[in-house]
Amino acid sequence: MPKPEFIYVVYIETTPEKLWEALTSSEFSKRYWWNTEVKSDWKVGSPFALVMNGAPTDVGEVLEVDRPRRLSYTFHHVTSEVARRERPSKVVFNLEPHGKLVKLTLTHEDFEAGSKLLDGISKGWPAILSSLKSLLESGTALDVPLSALGIEGIE
Amino acid sequence: MNIEKFKPAIVYTIYIASTPQKVWQALTSAEFSRKYFFGNAVEVDLRVGGAYIVRTPEGALHISGEVIECDPPKKLIVTFNVNWPELIEKLGPTLVTYEIEQAGEAVKLTLLQSHDRPLSDDILSGGRQGWPAILSSLKSLMETGQALAVAMAPPQRMLDALKEMGIKTP
Repeated sequence: MPKPEFIYVVYIETTPEKLWEALTSSEFSKRYWWNTEVKSDWKVGSPFALVMNGAPTDVGEVLEVDRPRRLSYTFHHVTSEVARRERPSKVVFNLEPHGKLVKLTLTHEDFEAGSKLLDGISKGWPAILSSLKSLLESGTALDVPLSALGIEGIE
Repeated sequence: MNIEKFKPAIVYTIYIASTPQKVWQALTSAEFSRKYFFGNAVEVDLRVGGAYIVRTPEGALHISGEVIECDPPKKLIVTFNVNWPELIEKLGPTLVTYEIEQAGEAVKLTLLQSHDRPLSDDILSGGRQGWPAILSSLKSLMETGQALAVAMAPPQRMLDALKEMGIKTP
């Protein structure tokens, strides 16, 4: 059985510093992440939250902050009853300079076997990170409604 | 060819501000592909049984295959066999599927690399390294008019694994 995790790599024409800002600023995240604010003071041990249209969807704790190279936090989805019963998973971003580009590697791991959340985040991250890439490269985020991703329980 | 026994080993999804027709064209035209596919040119005869070829920037035959399914602008399935001696005998054929769907105002492009047998992570590392770079560059090209200059080292882990299996690599 493969390990229950999701890994996504995308190359972006930007700098590690700008990409770091995009991943950690709520003003920025609202533009590419369905109006979701990324909230934290980004100190190790501090709380982390995703707040969509004013309501928290995911909460956690900051685990690693190595600006602008590596960021990680725990991730506990709180809007669905089924996902709320799962233990928190872990999100890790690695930012590596790659010539004039940045290679962004997202690893979302530490899921329990049979996690319901894993399917949802596997559909969500490619859309979020595609939109982030568009915003950084062209100045315009993507217009992909959350409902178009085919995630169970989201109409 | 019976493709039922092929299972996806690599799945990569990317969303692009474009239309399904333009993404289809980018995936099937030599002129476009040279810009985002490390200088390689895709030449495809778009009918079932038609030839699917990828040439290196120098014009050498790099990948040869045939069209298995062709449903423009929604789905293309091709065999995708790197032209190295004994590769196909030892690893079996590789199948590449592109699925193109409208998603809101954007296009969802899904790539699947499938095989008829389990392959090691070492062998699959080549595709895992290459596809995100190729498709990131394709997205940039469609959205900004400029492909990415992704400087990519050879997929050493895969090449070492192939060598160990007695497959001659360039």
